[in-house]
Amino acid sequence: MTGEKPRLNDYAVQAVELTKKFDNFTAVDHIHFTIERGEIFGFLGPNGAGKTTTIRMLLGLLRPTEGEATVLGYDIVTQSEEIKKRIGYMSQRFTLYQDLTVSENLDFYGRTYGVRGKELAQRKEFMIDMAGLKGHEKELTKNLAGGWKQRLALGTAILHEPEMLFLDEPTAGVDPISRQAFWNFLYRLAEEGTTIFVTTHYMDEAEHCHNLAFIHNGRIIAQGTPQSIKEKHMKGEVLEIDCQRADVALAALRELSHFEEVALYGSLIHLVAQGVEGYEPLIEETLRQKGAGLRSMDLIAPSLEDVFISSIKEQSNLRGDLP
Amino acid sequence: MNSRIIPIMRKEFIHIRRDPRTLTFMFLIPVIQLVLLGYAATTDIEHLSTAVLDYDRTPASRELIDAYRVSNYFDINYYIDDEEELTRLVDGGRVRAGMIIPAGYSRSLDRTHKAEVAFIIDGSDPNVARTAFSAAQGVGQAQSVELIQEILGIDPEEQPGIEVRPRVWYNPEMRSANFMIPGVIAMILQLLTTFITGAAIVREREQGTIEQLIVTPIRSFELVLGKVIPYVGIAFFDLSAVLIVGVFWFGMPIHGSVPLLLALALLSLLTSLGLGLLISTVAHSQMEAMLLTFLTLMPSIFLSGFLFPIEAMPLALQAISYIIPLRYLLIIVRGIILKGVGLRLLTEQVIAMAIFGAAILTLASLRFKKSLE
Repeated sequence: MTGEKPRLNDYAVQAVELTKKFDNFTAVDHIHFTIERGEIFGFLGPNGAGKTTTIRMLLGLLRPTEGEATVLGYDIVTQSEEIKKRIGYMSQRFTLYQDLTVSENLDFYGRTYGVRGKELAQRKEFMIDMAGLKGHEKELTKNLAGGWKQRLALGTAILHEPEMLFLDEPTAGVDPISRQAFWNFLYRLAEEGTTIFVTTHYMDEAEHCHNLAFIHNGRIIAQGTPQSIKEKHMKGEVLEIDCQRADVALAALRELSHFEEVALYGSLIHLVAQGVEGYEPLIEETLRQKGAGLRSMDLIAPSLEDVFISSIKEQSNLRGDLP
Repeated sequence: MNSRIIPIMRKEFIHIRRDPRTLTFMFLIPVIQLVLLGYAATTDIEHLSTAVLDYDRTPASRELIDAYRVSNYFDINYYIDDEEELTRLVDGGRVRAGMIIPAGYSRSLDRTHKAEVAFIIDGSDPNVARTAFSAAQGVGQAQSVELIQEILGIDPEEQPGIEVRPRVWYNPEMRSANFMIPGVIAMILQLLTTFITGAAIVREREQGTIEQLIVTPIRSFELVLGKVIPYVGIAFFDLSAVLIVGVFWFGMPIHGSVPLLLALALLSLLTSLGLGLLISTVAHSQMEAMLLTFLTLMPSIFLSGFLFPIEAMPLALQAISYIIPLRYLLIIVRGIILKGVGLRLLTEQVIAMAIFGAAILTLASLRFKKSLE
C-alpha cells in the first residue's frame, strides 16, 4: 500500500469520549470502547440508540463533536482516507447498483479498491461461490432474492480483503437459516484475522460475538464478553412463565411489584428477581385468581435480551428517572 | 488517468445503456428541439393564404393580383364573390389576408391615374400582420412607381430619386433555421447537460448507493469527474449530430472554425456541469432535479436572446440578462457559425463564460463535499 502513514496504536478500534450532537440532541454521548484485532465485536441496542451514528463517525462520514477515535490505528478525522482503503462496509440499506449485474457490481467495487486483472477474477469467483450465486453472474441485481442480495453485499464488502469489516444490521429481514450461514461465514473471516464490527438488534445474534457493547440513548450501558455481561448486569434469575392469557398475567404480575422486571417475550413472560424461586407459590396463586391459565413455569438461563433490559433499568435507576 | 475514475465511467455507461429514460432524453430531445425550432418556430413569413374579391375583372385588376402573387408573400388561394365569404374565411383562419378590388378600378386608373384597393389583414398574430402589412404596401408602391414611369414616359434606368439597397450580411436569405440551430446547440450544451449531471448524481442519493461509494477510497472529485465525463461525451455527440443535421438538412453554413466552436463548447460545459452539481446538492430526487433545471431554463430561454432580441427588452430585463450564461454562449455559437468570427472578437464572452464556470463549479464542489457528510 502506498502513502503509508504511521499508525497511532495497535487496536482495531479505540474510541475515547466519542460524542456526536445534532443541534440539541446528543446521539452519541461520550462513549469509550476498544476492539482488539481479529475479534467480532457486537454493538447492540434498539433503533435510535446511536449505533449507526457511531459507525458513521468511525467510517469518517460524520465528524465527532467531541472526543476522538482511531480505526486500525488511524485517526478518524485526519486519516480517514487511510481508513477507507482498509475497511469494508455493509450498510443497513441495500446499496449495490440494482441495474448492474452481479458480476458488474463486483467488478466495479473491486476496481475502485485497485483490485484488477487476474486477482480480481479469482476473488470474484470465490465471492460468487461463497454467496451461492454461481450461474447468476449475469443476472441483474434487482432480480435477486433478499438472502442472495445480502450475501452479494457482503461479498462486495470483502472483495478487496479489508483488515476490518463494518456491518450495520446485516441480517435485518433475512430468514433464520440464511442468518446462521451468514454468521458461520463471519467466524471464518474472523479466524483468518479480519476484525468485525457488527451492529444488531437481534439479541440472539449477540451471543455469537466475542465482545459486546450495549448502547442505549447514546450511552454504553454495559460491555464485555457475553458471559461477563450476564454475570455482572443480571440482578437475579429469570423465570419463564407460559400462560393462556399472557396479557392478563402480565398486568397482574406487574401489580405485585415484587420483581425487578416483568416483560413479554412473544407469548411468554420473563420475570426477573433475586431468589425468584421463592416467589413461585405467590405467582401461582395470583395467576389462578386472575384466571390467566398458567401452563408452565421454569427457571431459565438469562438471555442477553433479559440482561439488556435489566441494564437499562439499572442505568435509569442510577440516573434517578423512571424507565 | 486516475485509476478510480475509469471504473466509475464504465459503470455510468452501463447505467445509461440500461436506462431507456436517460437514453431517450439524451438522444431524442435534441432531435425534437431541432425539428421544432428548425421548422415550426420559424419566423419566416411567406406564402400567406390570401383571398381575392375582384369586382372589376379587367386585365388591369388581374395584373395587380399577379403582382401580389409573384411577390411570394401571398398565395392567392381563394377567388371569392362577396365580402361575407371573406369574413368567413378570415374568421375560420383559412386566409390571413384578403384584397378587395372595387368595380371600376381599371376605369378609374385610366381616367384619373388613381385607384383604391382594400387590403384586409388578420391581426391576431402581430408578427404575421406586420409582415403582411408592409408586404401589401410594398407591392402597391412598386405598382405605383411603374404607373408613374409609364405616365411620365421615364426610362426606369433614369428615374430620379434615392434608391436604398439593403444588404443583409451573414444570413442573406434571413432564414430562421440558420438562426435557430446555433441556438439549439447552445441549449443542448447548457440545459441538457445541467439536467443530466444533476439527475445522475441525485440518483445515487435517491437509491442509497452513494452511501457505499463514500466509504470507498473514491474522492469526491473522482466521483464527479467519473460520473460527468460520459455525459460530456454524449453532449458532444449531440452537438455534432445537430451540427451535421443543420448543415446537411437545413443547409446552414458554418462560417467559422469548428475546432474553436468545440473548444468553447467545452468551456461552457464547466458552467452547466457546475450547475448540475449544484442542483444535485439541493434536490432529493430526480424529479426535483428536473424541476430545478426547468426553473433555470425559463429565464435562460426568455432572457438570453435565444428567441427574443435582448435589445428589445426593457432595461431592467436587459440588465438581468448579463447574469445568464446562455446569453454569452449564444453570442459565441452564433458568432462562430453565422459570422465566422474568431476568438479575438469573442474575448468578452469567453472571459464571462470562464468566470461563470469557475465560480459555479467552485461553489458546487464545496457544497457537494459537504452534502456527502
